[in-house]
Amino acid sequence: MTRVLITGGTVLDQTGERRADVAVDPASGRVTEVGTSLAAADGDTVLDATGCYVTPGFLDLHVHLREPGKEEAETIETGSRGAALGGFTAVVAMPNTDPAQDSVAVVDFVRAQGERAGLCEVLPSGCITVGRAGQRLAPFGELAAAGVRIFTDDGNGVQDPMLMRRALEYAGPLGITLAQHCEVAALTKGAVMHEGACCSHLGLPGWPSVAEEMMVFRDIELVRLTGVPMHFLHLSTARSVALVRAAKADGLPVTAEATPHHFTLTDEMLTGYDPLFKVNPPLRTRADIDALKAGLADGTIDAIATDHAPHAPHTKEQPLDQAPPGMLGLETALALAVTELDMPLADVVAALAWKPAAIAGAADRHGRPVAAGEPANLAVFDPAHQWTVSAAGMASKSRNTPYGGREVRGKVRHTIFRGTPVVIDGAAQR
Amino acid sequence: MKHLLSIADLSPTEIHSLLELTDHMVEINHRPIPKVPALRGKNVVSLFFEDSTRTRTSFDTAAKRLSADTMNFAVSSSSVNKGESLRDTVETIAAMGVDAFVIRHKSSGAPQMITRWTNASIVNAGDGWHQHPTQALLDSYTIRTGLNRRDGFDGLHIAIVGDIKHSRVARSDVQAFTALGARVTLVAPPTLLPPSIALLGGHDWPVDVSYDLDAVLPDVDVLYLLRVQRERMDDALLPSLEEYSAMYGLDARRAARLAPHALVMHPGPMNRGVEMVVDPAELPGSAILNQVTNGVAVRMAVLFTLLGSGSDLRGDA
Repeated sequence: MTRVLITGGTVLDQTGERRADVAVDPASGRVTEVGTSLAAADGDTVLDATGCYVTPGFLDLHVHLREPGKEEAETIETGSRGAALGGFTAVVAMPNTDPAQDSVAVVDFVRAQGERAGLCEVLPSGCITVGRAGQRLAPFGELAAAGVRIFTDDGNGVQDPMLMRRALEYAGPLGITLAQHCEVAALTKGAVMHEGACCSHLGLPGWPSVAEEMMVFRDIELVRLTGVPMHFLHLSTARSVALVRAAKADGLPVTAEATPHHFTLTDEMLTGYDPLFKVNPPLRTRADIDALKAGLADGTIDAIATDHAPHAPHTKEQPLDQAPPGMLGLETALALAVTELDMPLADVVAALAWKPAAIAGAADRHGRPVAAGEPANLAVFDPAHQWTVSAAGMASKSRNTPYGGREVRGKVRHTIFRGTPVVIDGAAQR
Repeated sequence: MKHLLSIADLSPTEIHSLLELTDHMVEINHRPIPKVPALRGKNVVSLFFEDSTRTRTSFDTAAKRLSADTMNFAVSSSSVNKGESLRDTVETIAAMGVDAFVIRHKSSGAPQMITRWTNASIVNAGDGWHQHPTQALLDSYTIRTGLNRRDGFDGLHIAIVGDIKHSRVARSDVQAFTALGARVTLVAPPTLLPPSIALLGGHDWPVDVSYDLDAVLPDVDVLYLLRVQRERMDDALLPSLEEYSAMYGLDARRAARLAPHALVMHPGPMNRGVEMVVDPAELPGSAILNQVTNGVAVRMAVLFTLLGSGSDLRGDA
């Protein structure tokens, strides 16, 4: 295979920003050369990056690929394609599949399907408890030996504090990270949306912020007790951000993520009862958005993760309380971050690339500096490109984006996965 | 007006017009043959996904008195039990030629969602905890006639007592009564108030709040009692129905402290011995059966406003 040459762009990684062309060898999957004016040789695949940044490929810590079990909503292939179009070269697949990712057989299947699709690396998460039922620990040791680095019951929080304590203690020597979906279920029975003014008028059961914050607090204290790292999924409230900020100030090994929808949309979007805006945890208030943005800006929140959650159209055509929660995220994450976050672009890329790569235990191959010899997992995006989000144009099998018709700025132009261009000029190559 | 989904969609002028039209419907209902050809050829379908006897019967009677064709679709006898989606159910029936759907659904917002799938008019006959607009209109009409307030409710004080949080009637009544000029006081324990009132101060609701029924009683022109359901005990919203009754129920002692002109209202069905400890038949101000009677006339006014044309209310059927 011939060389891939990315010309005219600005390299941006953890070592800084510089004008440079990047040469990649598809055969070895590595960057071979970075320089200010690399000359194209005969047969080189030249990718124009004028006006673009060339950065480490993004890693999404929080993606629902629905396979196995709900292939009518998404498959690992279609989800991987969406990821590649969004500049992601790796995604962490959430374990709420059917069967759940609580056995080596299932995580091996998920990883293998990712390899078959060949569009990005699919990193299966493992369950914390068998069947995500909150009763017995999943086989952490077997799963860790099979390469699983991050464990969660996402969709459910682990309710039992004794079980959560044991999970952390047991996880410690395995070098894995537990990730919590923070929701005290007893406080969210039947909840449809944020508990506040809007739900009161709409006549819908509320999901109070305190249901998230109580579990964030509990788990911070369990991390203090055990010393074992913990990652907080999709933080949605101002108090959660404050709790994590204080825990980090105490030197505790905690990390956190926020989703683009939680820092761009409020509970007022539910006024029309449109299930596209139903998500768990729910969209909250302007004050929460401000706190999430501040948390991203000061590093309290390490990562931007999408919680990409495809649902087949007919399931979203139900009344709000019956429709499943979740929205698409992979193809809009970069644009929403660039458009909405008031922080340096380098920090946005950090939250999309090397910081989540470290949390996922994949920092040996993702989120690497753009330098000769490094694995060639790269994103090339134009931060100024204006475009209009279209649900119909997405790679997902589902259409449940809440951003259809929204004008945004920042678009992925090329994505290089293991040295091979899987997206060229915004088009998936496989 | 294409649909009636929420009182919030109506201006005070529109509410007044509907109440004035209701006067006309009451007159029709007093005729020896209470039927006019106003909606002849129109097809009104009741689509009830939640049990209801009085509301369904009331709409059915209203439609028939206007000579509409009516069809009842109850969830228990429908293909919904075979797994058909809400959308498919609506589109299938709409394909038979429907001018208006009267919808009752346990999910807040369901009638609004259904407007996407049909060109027929949608009348919300109760959705979840959200809205029951014809109930608010018939309640307003009952107060309007019972207290002779044709020009509006300025100066009236109305107390709504009970499970506000889970009540579509309360949400609709608050909007209608305040739009017409009344002062509304909600009386309930904090656990039965919506979170925006219980936790956020309720600045977005145009109401006063009291936790003391006895303090409010002598001052009100209308005492509106809501049904308190037994299920509320399961979620620790109340210690017991007995305690609720002692604190918020209307007993003879409390009834005696009401102003002589005050109306007592209830949307039904009543829980005797809980919120209603006296026999309402012995209350001079009880307007509960008037509410039911007025329900038919109000629903005639609503259906005619949505489906009627011009002046064809005159002739006999």
